[in-house]
Amino acid sequence: MEIVRISDFIWEIPKSGEMKVPARIYASEKLIELAKRDQTLQQARNVACLPGIQRMSYVMPDAHQGYGFPIGGVAAFDLEEGIISPGGVGYDINCGVRLLRTDFKESDITAKRKELLAEIFKEVPAGVGKGGITKLSRNVLKEILVKGAEWAVEQGYGISEDLERTEEGGRMKDATWEFISERALERGIPQLGTLGAGNHFLEIQKVDEIYDENVAKVFGIEEKGQVLVMIHCGSRGLGHQIATDYIELMENKYGFKGLPDRELINAPFKSDLGQRYYKSMCAAVNYAFANRQMIAHWVRDVFAKVMGSARGMRQIYDVCHNVAKVEKHVVNGKEKLLCIHRKGATRSFGPGRPEIPAVYRNVGQPVLIPGSMGTASYILVGTKEAEELSFSSTAHGAGRVMSRHEALRRFRGEQIRDELAKKGVELKASSWKGVAEEASAAYKDVDEVVRVSHETGLGKLVARVVPIGVMKG
Amino acid sequence: MERKFEILDHTADAKFRAYGRTLEEAVANAALAMVSLMWDYEKVALKTREEVEIKARSFESLMVKFLSEILYLFEVKGFLLGKVEEIKIEVTEAAKKARKEAREKNGSSAGGQNSYDQDYILRAILAGDLHSEKYEIMSEVKAATYNDFALEKGPDGYRLQMVVDM
Repeated sequence: MEIVRISDFIWEIPKSGEMKVPARIYASEKLIELAKRDQTLQQARNVACLPGIQRMSYVMPDAHQGYGFPIGGVAAFDLEEGIISPGGVGYDINCGVRLLRTDFKESDITAKRKELLAEIFKEVPAGVGKGGITKLSRNVLKEILVKGAEWAVEQGYGISEDLERTEEGGRMKDATWEFISERALERGIPQLGTLGAGNHFLEIQKVDEIYDENVAKVFGIEEKGQVLVMIHCGSRGLGHQIATDYIELMENKYGFKGLPDRELINAPFKSDLGQRYYKSMCAAVNYAFANRQMIAHWVRDVFAKVMGSARGMRQIYDVCHNVAKVEKHVVNGKEKLLCIHRKGATRSFGPGRPEIPAVYRNVGQPVLIPGSMGTASYILVGTKEAEELSFSSTAHGAGRVMSRHEALRRFRGEQIRDELAKKGVELKASSWKGVAEEASAAYKDVDEVVRVSHETGLGKLVARVVPIGVMKG
Repeated sequence: MERKFEILDHTADAKFRAYGRTLEEAVANAALAMVSLMWDYEKVALKTREEVEIKARSFESLMVKFLSEILYLFEVKGFLLGKVEEIKIEVTEAAKKARKEAREKNGSSAGGQNSYDQDYILRAILAGDLHSEKYEIMSEVKAATYNDFALEKGPDGYRLQMVVDM
């Protein structure tokens, strides 16, 4: 495959064969070498062959091989001629990140760190095979699917300011539950308000470095040592089942003849099936927003109980990492609505976009990029240039480089816990084997990923945060 | 055959290859391979039974749905699979007919990837226990996928390869 280097951090696969547009990869030399090792680049090329794709098939710096579309893939499709694909969103619909700030300093919580984490572990259910604390009726679930985090706030989980500081206001307006299978609804009921396992986590963090003081201040980040809380989870079994269901439905209806990969299965965006998937996906996005809203509320409760107050625990932002959205962008000098697929990518709107909250409109939206367990995470800010570069998208995390199986062979969870403890990081987990699978050595260097984002202008560095306490489901 | 399955290296998710003298045995072992990523199935007491019936248009789809059903039973009922006690896979009459017609029309078997019109039915009795403190859940499988799917028949039986999303 021909790969052309355009500049230090930009590479392209020129249009050839069935490709309707070129593919473009944002990566350093080190990261492009990692991408060449698996199917990432071939998958980016395959995406470039899909009907109605606009401009380019984009690959973010943290990309790795996915199903059909690469993880870290961004593709925009024309609403009339283009498609929507469950494989372009991923199984964990609206897997995402929420970040809360506090007025506490690291020194304020040092003595109570263990207690805080233990209480969080008690209050926030991991919910693996056991379900959450809520006993939902079918009708309430349906309401949540339509209203998202708004439902949670109405029920007393958090405040309306949280909604303003959530992508889409915590509610995708196109959501409906009518086209979601019974199975998916059933999987959604016991898992609301649960974190889940795997790479999902909840961290108490401290600010380690501030790169842009002005923007940081707008986001509510004032100084090194300030305590933050990060929540990383998604739409749980409900989203997974919706993806599985629609892959089968689309395959039965349209088949996969002519597709370079079965998992690129899709439907025309405007078709009945395309719209059913889109509206169901929006509902799963809402479920995930409600999920993180509830978890954030419990975290505030724990701080109030252990620290005596939830001082200044305002939400900075909540972002989606796996989603398809209708957004306005400029293509060939003309503004048009597109269906943007971000699979393992973060939206990075710059200053002035009407979609972002008024408080951030002068600087751009906060972009939240979690690292692997126990390592640094980053806060970036969206840019105007990103519209041109990547339909306003950047990286979403570190990305694995080692299989879980290999990690299990190499590491022991208890040993990781002890090593983190030496670095001053407290860890609580449901399973030590699960911890070993998520060892940070099994992941790419997130520092390198955000450096590329910053240098290319996909998203600019604002602050680096490191964990003090980690809860792993 | 001694070995039921093996877990293969896959960077982001999990890949396995299941073995069986018969197709049914390979399918049952694929279910065990998937749950082995989440819990130690050999330690699960065989106290409760779940009967499942899955229908699909292709074998690949049948497998995805069968494994999804096991995830569903875990998430919704807390059911931990320990053993596949009985399993039967059949291709329905309608599907046989469709295959025969396709063969006559195209002069070749309609098996393999483009076999949209086949109807597979899988019936199984799953034995296991309800989740409690005595079991450790290591990780969660999110979904079964079509990625890197392969079914091969050799002289000593079947090899079934799948990737699951984690």
